[in-house]
Amino acid sequence: MILEVHHITKRFGGLQALTDVSFGLKEGEILGLIGPNGAGKTTLFNVLNGVFPPNRGQVIFRGEDITGLPPYEVARRGIARAYQVVRPLNELTVRENVMVGACYGREALPLAQAARVADEVLATVGLAGRAEQLAGSLNVAQKKRLEMARALGSRPYLLLLDEVLAGLNPSEIAAMLDTIRAIREGGVTILMIEHVMQAVMSVSDRVIVLDYGQLIAEGSPEEVVNNPQVIEAYLGDPQMTARLMGE
Amino acid sequence: MRPWARLGFWLPLGAVFVWGLVVLLLREDTLRETTFTLMMFVGMASSLNILLGYTGYVSFGHIVFFGLGGYFGFYLLSQQGLWLLPAAVGGGILSGVLAGLLGLAVLRLRGAYFALATIGINEAARAFVSNFGPFGGATGLFVNFQAYQAYGGAGPALWTTFMYLWLVTLAVLLVSALVQGSRFGLGLMAIREDEDAAMVMGVAAPRAKTIAFMLSAFFPGIIGTLYFFKNGNVEPGDAFQLHMSIEALVMIMLGGQGTVVGPALGAVVYQGLRGYLLTSPLFKSLHLAMAGLFLLLIVLFVPAGAVGWLRHRFPRLRKVLT
Amino acid sequence: MFGQLLSSLADGLLLGFVYGLAAMGLSLIWGVMTVINLAHGPVIALGMFTAYLLFTQAGVNPYLALLPVAVLGMALGLVIYGAAVHRVLNAPHLSTLLATFAVNMIIIGVGTAVFTTSPHNIDFSLGSFSLGPLTVPFTRVVAAFAALAATALLYLFLYFTRPGKAIRAVANNRMAAELMGISSTTMLALSFGLGTLLACLAGGLIATFFPFTILSGGPYELKSFVICVLGGLGNPLGALLGGLLLGGLEGLVPAFMPVSWVPVVEFGLFVLVLLLRPQGLLGAK
Repeated sequence: MILEVHHITKRFGGLQALTDVSFGLKEGEILGLIGPNGAGKTTLFNVLNGVFPPNRGQVIFRGEDITGLPPYEVARRGIARAYQVVRPLNELTVRENVMVGACYGREALPLAQAARVADEVLATVGLAGRAEQLAGSLNVAQKKRLEMARALGSRPYLLLLDEVLAGLNPSEIAAMLDTIRAIREGGVTILMIEHVMQAVMSVSDRVIVLDYGQLIAEGSPEEVVNNPQVIEAYLGDPQMTARLMGE
Repeated sequence: MRPWARLGFWLPLGAVFVWGLVVLLLREDTLRETTFTLMMFVGMASSLNILLGYTGYVSFGHIVFFGLGGYFGFYLLSQQGLWLLPAAVGGGILSGVLAGLLGLAVLRLRGAYFALATIGINEAARAFVSNFGPFGGATGLFVNFQAYQAYGGAGPALWTTFMYLWLVTLAVLLVSALVQGSRFGLGLMAIREDEDAAMVMGVAAPRAKTIAFMLSAFFPGIIGTLYFFKNGNVEPGDAFQLHMSIEALVMIMLGGQGTVVGPALGAVVYQGLRGYLLTSPLFKSLHLAMAGLFLLLIVLFVPAGAVGWLRHRFPRLRKVLT
Repeated sequence: MFGQLLSSLADGLLLGFVYGLAAMGLSLIWGVMTVINLAHGPVIALGMFTAYLLFTQAGVNPYLALLPVAVLGMALGLVIYGAAVHRVLNAPHLSTLLATFAVNMIIIGVGTAVFTTSPHNIDFSLGSFSLGPLTVPFTRVVAAFAALAATALLYLFLYFTRPGKAIRAVANNRMAAELMGISSTTMLALSFGLGTLLACLAGGLIATFFPFTILSGGPYELKSFVICVLGGLGNPLGALLGGLLLGGLEGLVPAFMPVSWVPVVEFGLFVLVLLLRPQGLLGAK
């Protein structure tokens, strides 16, 4: 297990955002995290990478307890994250954006090497031609790729992807899925929140389902979409399952 | 690419080097005085830029480090009999350490809250020093004329002070350029653009911000000591002028924040303009209003400053204008 | 000793109302558009000089003069908003800070040219009354009541009139207010005008008991920062309480240490509150 999550509970005032969430992630796996809006998916990511500490529970990453560490310490240990709402560093160039990830990520590279890594990563996500451009001048799809490149630049062990497919058209989604698979081939473990169901079903090895802050199902994509509880909480009607699995 | 491999790295350094050297060789008293003021502001604006331009934190009361550091350096010099150079460095260290301590607390505030807190700190420091016995309270401290004898008389003492100021200004520009071209600087700029995202990418923001704050406070402490030594006295009213803080911000804005040349250029242009307005018979009585109008136009229409505008307009200049 | 303390405290509290009024304008502007108006001090000074000119040139009673002072304050605010603030409203904080500071320089510059920096005063007195060890000039009492009345009017305006409610809506969520058909630009301009109106009123009141120059607004601007933070930045009604707190502090502190320590306490407290309770001592808005 590269990541073990034990009994995570997170409250905001009176709001119970996560209740006793436990799961594990095997090295090299792609784990899909699904659930209705407000189920606590992004909160779970925030707990995992240290944006805020949980009220209870433990996060063990590569054998080390990282619960409650600040986000930059978590990043240094090899967890990178791509945001749902893109957050490019607008006044820096595309290359510099990725260099931040490389300089301050797991390998903590010096500038010159970081620039080399940045150029490699930009080539894999298809932004090589735009390295000198200011990040603020990219369009949305390009910004999503940059978000991904930045996370990859840090050479993480574990990549947290928060709805990276949202807002992309079908051909862009297909391209992004290829990129995600390629990243996994490179030895990176991936935990992804996704709403585009067909995509998450096709790319994930396993899927976990959050509902009202609780883990309600876990298993292969096939098991999960046939789980009655999941159907009721999330997928809505049984027909949906048929459509998802019978693409 | 190493930062010093670029032409732009050497441009501001070379210019200030030649400028000071020419003044030292010409040995003219009035020229030295005007250059002293100009260079002082080049140093102040450039050091403030390390925090404002690279890190994005608006320190409105930055003059507090000029005042407190200057006071301490002057105290070491006039009361403890230290030589100018160690006293000035002592002033700088006090400012730096103070910024480190304050920074741990104040840098948690963001945006306008941070700006307000720095104003408060400056006013609190001014009020405190006015009551602080060892610093002479409201009347301040003096050096007696004898002290200048150690430097070969008043004239040579002033030249020595100028030379130190020149060296400090060069040091500020060097540090500014090194920070800008470094891994550390990249982290600061990431904080400037989006602090939360930067932390998730691994930038240890609290530490980086505090170091930037300390760097940008260290040099004003030295410059303050030199300035007060040149004047022969220091008093609370002179040391903590909020106005000077804001002028330094204006210079940075004018030249271009986050660049090495910009603040230096802005300082020279602003002081030049002020000098012109003050002496022009037409604008003399309205010089402050004219300066205000000019500032307003800059803020409204050229917010990136002259250098920033040039860099945007002519991307090729980016290699030269850093 | 006790009598002295009492009279100094009463003095401080009465002044506190006026401080609160001055700070209210700053707080309102912050609350609606998160702009710190660095032209606040000079605007207060303009209120002083307007009252002064009306009194000396036209013989208008200083309290009657408050009406034209208020009108001028509103007009001034609309002009400042249109010329300096509107364009940079969504720019980084540095831009609004420097834009309003530029207005500060312009007002001080022109004001110095017109009025010089020698002190002026309104030669006007209502006498004073004594109550045990207390001797209080009536001008202070009237000023306190005027400040209280202005606060009450502001409250009624913000909570019970259409434009007032619209301002609060814009303060809460500019985008949502726009969607509901409120012109946010009008409301922003109006609230900036209200903010400067309050500042001018405070200036007009202060002018009835202290001599002043064009630079005299500066200390009140700094005090306003402290008050806003005590009362909660962006909470105009909290500003009145903050003002009383500061006034009370200014009355009490001299009993325990030399007067010159007052600003040390004030600004030290200011920084502490910012750090420990940035929403203000009196809670969020």
